[in-house]
Amino acid sequence: MSGIHDFTLASARDALKARKISAVELTNAHIDAIERLDGQLNSFITRTPDRAREGAKAADAALAKGEGGNLCGIPLGIKDLFCTNGVRTTAASKILGNFVPPYESTVTANLLKDGAVFLGKLNLDEFAMGSANLTSAFGPVENPWKRKDSDAKLVPGGSSGGSAAAVAAGLVLGATGTDTGGSIRQPAAFTGIAGIKPTYGRCSRFGTIAFASSLDQAGPMARNLEDCAILLESMAGFDPRDSTSVDTPVPNYEASLKRGVKGLRVGIPREYYTKTGLSHDVALLWEKGMRWLQEAGATIFDVSLPHTEYALPSYYIAALAEASSNLARYDGVRFGERVSAPSLDGLYEASRAAGFGEEVKRRILIGTHVLSSGYYDAYYLRAQKVRTLIQQDFLKAFENVDVLLTPTAPSGAFAQDEKPTDPVQMYLNDVFTVPASMAGVPALSVPAGLDARGVPLGLQLIGKFFDEETLIAAGHAIEQAAAFHHRPTLHAGVSA
Amino acid sequence: MSLDAKTVTRIARLARIGLQPGEVETLGQDMGSIIDWVEQLKEVDVMGVDPMIGTGLAKPRLREDRVTDGDCRDKVLANAPEREGPFFTVPKVVE
Repeated sequence: MSGIHDFTLASARDALKARKISAVELTNAHIDAIERLDGQLNSFITRTPDRAREGAKAADAALAKGEGGNLCGIPLGIKDLFCTNGVRTTAASKILGNFVPPYESTVTANLLKDGAVFLGKLNLDEFAMGSANLTSAFGPVENPWKRKDSDAKLVPGGSSGGSAAAVAAGLVLGATGTDTGGSIRQPAAFTGIAGIKPTYGRCSRFGTIAFASSLDQAGPMARNLEDCAILLESMAGFDPRDSTSVDTPVPNYEASLKRGVKGLRVGIPREYYTKTGLSHDVALLWEKGMRWLQEAGATIFDVSLPHTEYALPSYYIAALAEASSNLARYDGVRFGERVSAPSLDGLYEASRAAGFGEEVKRRILIGTHVLSSGYYDAYYLRAQKVRTLIQQDFLKAFENVDVLLTPTAPSGAFAQDEKPTDPVQMYLNDVFTVPASMAGVPALSVPAGLDARGVPLGLQLIGKFFDEETLIAAGHAIEQAAAFHHRPTLHAGVSA
Repeated sequence: MSLDAKTVTRIARLARIGLQPGEVETLGQDMGSIIDWVEQLKEVDVMGVDPMIGTGLAKPRLREDRVTDGDCRDKVLANAPEREGPFFTVPKVVE
């Protein structure tokens, strides 16, 4: 008999509507799982069990009347980068350690409107800057997966590492993530779950703490694409409070699951083979992915994205320049940590020195450097021009194909103590995910297999602007062929 | 190539981040290696290419000029690390 921790978001929703289970039971089971496992995983920064129980009670009352939105009574986790009214929001930074927003982000407001129950705020890399969830001021997150025959602690990826670990371990039925250069897709791949980075402008950025505004995009993370589709439909939509939000209707993403891939044209960008240093296991899985889509009726095409190798360096210039500007607001005056000093400049310097972690400081300083007088044209402006070329590569490829298939990351999850000491080596984790972010096109990751050491690997699909539906259809075909039903070592459904 | 201490100190001053003497050297090395790595962008021919400012998907829009929010002074001040009545406080700026 299947237990309460075997539910997907979709099956839990159906069981709630049919009153086979109550929202209170479902929420309590997840709170219990968090208590059992999160001491080790550290996926939550702030837990909100009391609010969750109240929300679950209200959901049961609505469901009893045959009412309630599409997520009524569904327990979720929220990346601690989304402002939540009255609940501490830290961005995993000491500088916001006690920040309690007096307002709600649009994305979380949309989820609450549909009846979702929030279990708390999930850990991340500080200000979403990292690829291993090792830069959080609240400690690293542990990946619930283990290598075969090894007890080494693996990283969950980043920056949405807490979201990924909590979903993979069954602590939540779904989570919000944000993706600037791969922060939804790479941790999804590292933890054997699905995640979607929608088209830039699909989900409102209002109330999401900014890292790099021209790249940041919220998206869903869940056990499979059906669950992600349900979440995305709730999260997405036009918001007049975000000037980059696009006013286009939100389709029924769930319906696109059944669409199939007959006649779909799938492009394989050849530069992703030659310019990236992907591992043998990843290359094999990629070929499997092509075969799966072919067997389901798609046709494979070789395509070229000539500027691929320049995506990562231009990303680091653009993103860090924007970050240096966005993070200027943390000055110890209006909110956040303050360190007193005799002068105003001294107060800024002392507060920012004490409040920001090492990686955040490094990124602000590089961003400041590339924007400073005498360097702006050579670095920042040039990077923006290269970005145009990267976007043109994608638009040109999409004249001949409908989606692109690539690996999500060059390898599976690495161990916490295998973290490269050279920051550039760490940045290479995002080599496959950053180009789509630079272009603004949507992309997703689905779990597709295990590597030789037994840790999950993901495949990435990249699509046309606002064509998340085709991505979901193609991703679902991969899910069906891959039949990925493995579970991590640490999981709510496994009794200790 | 490592960024020298003078450059790192100047950038840190611009960013208003106070640094310890020990940090200057490490940051200089890290920043230098990142700057060296992004130098490869010089290989790209960008003659006649316009810079990409955002994705261009959202169209600029006008809205009515009216107050939609406000009158919430206490909320605005609620997270202030230090305040005096309805004011944020800072060290003396003008002698």
